Amino acid sequence: MKNRVALTGNEAVAQAMRQINPDVVAAYPITPSTEVVQMFSSFVNNGKVDTEFVTVESEHSAMSATMGASAAGARAMTCTSSQGLAYMFEVVYVAASMRLPIVFPVANRALSAPINIHCDHSDAMGIKQSGVIQLFSENAQEAYDNMIQAIRIAEHPDVLLPVSVNYDGFITSHALDVLEILDDDTVKEFIGEYHPQEALLNVNEQLSMGNFDMYDYYFEHKYQQVAAMENAKRVIEEVGKEYAKISGRTYGLIEAYKLDDADMAIVVMNSAAGSAKGVCDELRAKGLKVGVLKPRAFRPFPHEAIVDALKGVKAVAVLDRAETFSTLGGPMFADVRTALYDLKADIKVVNYVYGLGGRDLRLEDVEQVYNDLGDIIKTGKVDKFVRYLGLRE
Amino acid sequence: MATLKELAQVNERFVGGHRLCAGCGHGISVRMVLNALDNDEHVVVGCATGCLEVASTIYPYTAWNCSFIHNAFENAGATISGVEAAYKSLKKQGKIKEDIKFVAFGGDGGTYDIGLQSLSGAMERGHNMVYVCLDNGAYMNTGIQRSSATPLGADTTTSPAGTVVPGKQQPRKDLAAVMAAHNIPYVAQTAISSWQDVHKKAKKAFEVDGPAFINILSPCPRGWRYNTPDIVELVKIAVETRFWPLFEVENGKWKLNKKPKKYVPIEEFLKPQGRFRHLFAPGNEHIIKRIQEEVDQRWLALLERCGEKPELPPR
Amino acid sequence: MTPFNRNFGQGRSREGITPDMNWRELTKAGNIYEPGNANTYETGDWRTIRPMWNEERCIHCLICWRYCPDASIFSTDGKFDGFDYKHCKGCGICANVCPTHAIDMISEDEIDEQKEARENEE
Repeated sequence: MKNRVALTGNEAVAQAMRQINPDVVAAYPITPSTEVVQMFSSFVNNGKVDTEFVTVESEHSAMSATMGASAAGARAMTCTSSQGLAYMFEVVYVAASMRLPIVFPVANRALSAPINIHCDHSDAMGIKQSGVIQLFSENAQEAYDNMIQAIRIAEHPDVLLPVSVNYDGFITSHALDVLEILDDDTVKEFIGEYHPQEALLNVNEQLSMGNFDMYDYYFEHKYQQVAAMENAKRVIEEVGKEYAKISGRTYGLIEAYKLDDADMAIVVMNSAAGSAKGVCDELRAKGLKVGVLKPRAFRPFPHEAIVDALKGVKAVAVLDRAETFSTLGGPMFADVRTALYDLKADIKVVNYVYGLGGRDLRLEDVEQVYNDLGDIIKTGKVDKFVRYLGLRE
Repeated sequence: MATLKELAQVNERFVGGHRLCAGCGHGISVRMVLNALDNDEHVVVGCATGCLEVASTIYPYTAWNCSFIHNAFENAGATISGVEAAYKSLKKQGKIKEDIKFVAFGGDGGTYDIGLQSLSGAMERGHNMVYVCLDNGAYMNTGIQRSSATPLGADTTTSPAGTVVPGKQQPRKDLAAVMAAHNIPYVAQTAISSWQDVHKKAKKAFEVDGPAFINILSPCPRGWRYNTPDIVELVKIAVETRFWPLFEVENGKWKLNKKPKKYVPIEEFLKPQGRFRHLFAPGNEHIIKRIQEEVDQRWLALLERCGEKPELPPR
Repeated sequence: MTPFNRNFGQGRSREGITPDMNWRELTKAGNIYEPGNANTYETGDWRTIRPMWNEERCIHCLICWRYCPDASIFSTDGKFDGFDYKHCKGCGICANVCPTHAIDMISEDEIDEQKEARENEE
């Protein structure tokens, strides 16, 4: 049974957490994900979940306690944004390296300074090489769906990695949206009971975790994580197919939107993908061959799927909602461009940094990007690889 | 009170083959604390990064004969509180039958300094766990840098005894008092010179319902530069000079466990240690005087907290 | 708790781990599944002085056992039962805390020399 409801992104995520009913949640409030923590604590205090809710004193402790719980053998979650994720940074690496299947939503927000509470992806990009799986969500529906699937992905025996579910701060987290949520029993059955491979609380099989490696073992243990990430690509698709059976909504590593015959493509994640698709439709109506590629998984980076989807286009614009300050554009630009290199197909790939600190991405901006790509195809020239969309220059 | 004959028949939970330095105080302290648990009791140990952790879990060997988790330097409190929360949750759901105890070990770096916030949070939240600080008064694992537990005047690699600045310039943080201010059921300061004291306090800490904190003086032969076999004698002097008083705070009530009869000057504690050698050079007498004043003041404050008459024995 | 499966291609071996094993064979994330297996690692060769037991003087108080940082004093039925020379690092604490001076610390070099001399005599 499906229920059509009006919820904000945060409410949708909190509902998913209620249905997942984790054994432990340790979290600390931070705008714009605070509501998730608030709503979840009301579920706890009103007996809607079996969760032990740990009201930690910081995000660093939030992840640390969540890790302790996960290592203990519990299904454990946390939740954060922005500075909170930056503060967690150290232990996010440890969680991935200890192979703890922790699921944590991140309502994406800019990083200080200047302090800014609005959306960009600087927080998520900060942990892109930590070893956690990163899923991105266009809207509240996808945030909800990703949360449910994330449990299965994280706990899959071939994966065993933390999964962060990203959705745009305020744009998705606070906007009311109409979505379908599954009924509680369907979710319960889909995620299944948690059977950890090892647990500190299993008194019959004691173990030491978080040990010290010298150069004779460290490299191999790191490679195990690489292998798990490789496996994750397969598992994300498998879980997505299975999820389609209970929800009617299909998820893969990427969403290729009208790319089959496209000459021009925009690559963009999260809510801006919605705007891009809207503009794409309008331009298609005018006869332009345009498309959109929306990576759903950013880590692992689905380079095979991206290359396959873009192999026929002539020009690509990668839209990054974060800077790297490398002077070579945003983080996703580097990855997409690298992935396309071996095609040797002379696809022009340019970068647009947009929306930092919550700056609006206007439909005109997206249209401008397509116009620029048209010019590039026409002239065969790129005068500037990295541009700033909506910046007062 | 159990006898050593009885205690020696309890399972060893911290076994030989670890790579702590010969004569390290941590090996003694950890064995004493874990020995307070009976054979049929289960325990999960957490550990902050530090000498103890890196010397006891060098892959593929672990010295922990029980379940063990290390996460990072500053989060032993939060990590073991998460383990305890999982226990509470799974027990409530009927998924675990056994009773399990939880203890975290941290050095003074991981406890007084970088891990203080994580520890404070865990204590305030009331987890049923024990936190043991193994205080050797400096960051020994990285090579003897000063911490907020380093005694005034000590020569460390970041507070070197220089020609202008003769060692550490600040007195020690009073961590036991900080922990007592959390109003947790049990706080104690102990020292291995009395194994009975350590045993009794560890047992109490494991038994109380709620958080407990124990601070143990755990000498480091490398950092303190004393004659390694003299460890117990040195700790005894630390207690007798009142540098390291033995006390406990049970449900807010302070109690002194040992009141040295004689006035033993602090020089007795300083002299055997290389880290204080420069203080005995001419011109540095005033530093020893300051250390003595600090020790005396803290002792008087402690007596007052314990409801005893705040006076020093005649010199 | 529920059944365990550690054999999914990322950590087959739980025992006898050696540095020539590849990433598939090593345990996941460097977990160690044999509690207390450090006792198979010997630290006895760190020792330069060796504790020697004087049976007549020993009153079996086990103070030495209590203060050994390396858990290297054996005891049986509450009585002293020898040193674990595979792990004893020769710190000398046991000799110092012994109330009846029943432990002597002897130089390992001296012991080696004596042993050599005896062998030469034979």
